[in-house]
Amino acid sequence: MAKVKGSIVVDIEKCKGCEVCVPACPTDVIQLAEEVNGKGYHYAYMANPDACIGCANCAIVCPDGVITVYKKKVDK
Amino acid sequence: MAENITNKDIVKEENLVYKKTDLLTDKALSYCPGCGHGTAHRLVMEVVEELEAQDKTVGIAPVGCSVLAYEFMDIDMQQAAHGRAPALATAIKRLYPEKYVFTYQGDGDLAAIGTAETIHACNRGENITIIFVNNGIYGMTGGQMAPTTLPGMRSSTSPYGREVASMGNPLKITELVAQLPGTYYVTRQAVHTPAAVRKAKKAIKKAFENQKLNKGLSFIEIVSNCNSGWKMTPNQANQWMVDNMFPFYELGDIKVPEE
Repeated sequence: MAKVKGSIVVDIEKCKGCEVCVPACPTDVIQLAEEVNGKGYHYAYMANPDACIGCANCAIVCPDGVITVYKKKVDK
Repeated sequence: MAENITNKDIVKEENLVYKKTDLLTDKALSYCPGCGHGTAHRLVMEVVEELEAQDKTVGIAPVGCSVLAYEFMDIDMQQAAHGRAPALATAIKRLYPEKYVFTYQGDGDLAAIGTAETIHACNRGENITIIFVNNGIYGMTGGQMAPTTLPGMRSSTSPYGREVASMGNPLKITELVAQLPGTYYVTRQAVHTPAAVRKAKKAIKKAFENQKLNKGLSFIEIVSNCNSGWKMTPNQANQWMVDNMFPFYELGDIKVPEE
């Protein structure tokens, strides 16, 4: 059965760590990093990358448009 | 097989699902973390991109937090005096009737100092689109009470909450302009969840399409948060908005044209 795997790329330097993407993710992939970016914000990252389904909900709610979403069908 | 797929295999141009539209410039937005303005900017630009109207659109930037909107939107923009965006949009649309003309205004701009321009542009039924971002306070100047502040809502000039007896009632300007015969499509949306964002985008697209068909004025209110002004985290502010703003400013279409 074909399965969908997704991935996101966060523009770390533009992320403001607002955390709006965290509750928007249906599979709890995103969290804020312990580290900070150049502006001092805890940026979003994929804490649980295997669960990502590439639904783009995080990118749609991101006020700063820093998330790019990719999705690929994989055979089991 | 699925276990062997790494992020590098997925992150390829042909697997792209969603990226920020190129009609937004690469400048970092000047808004506070979690502010709905960024999402609203992106939705407007996505609609312009879908209509392939980058060179056929003129936006009017207001005074307020979004005063620098022309820095972020890669289209023709014009800066209006405080509250005068609908008047300027009227002139531009009459001179260039083939262009899409929209104003992008906050509640201090549209519902306070610009009330006259807003109401008369709506009453004349100018063929423009008004995007109205309502966060219930004057965000840019430090969270003072605005006409749209809810009863009991705390702001820096109503620290014990807005008291209706001395400070007056909040103004539902969207319902007000829906009464006018000049408005064609009036709706209220939000941008706090993925579902709300998708609905808001549909509304904005409908508004731009109405303009193309010369139907008249479309007015879109976007109820938004101001986490800095409300002294909350972005997610707390979104929850507060759901609990307090939405019961008063009910989401949904207020005036839908009969087909």
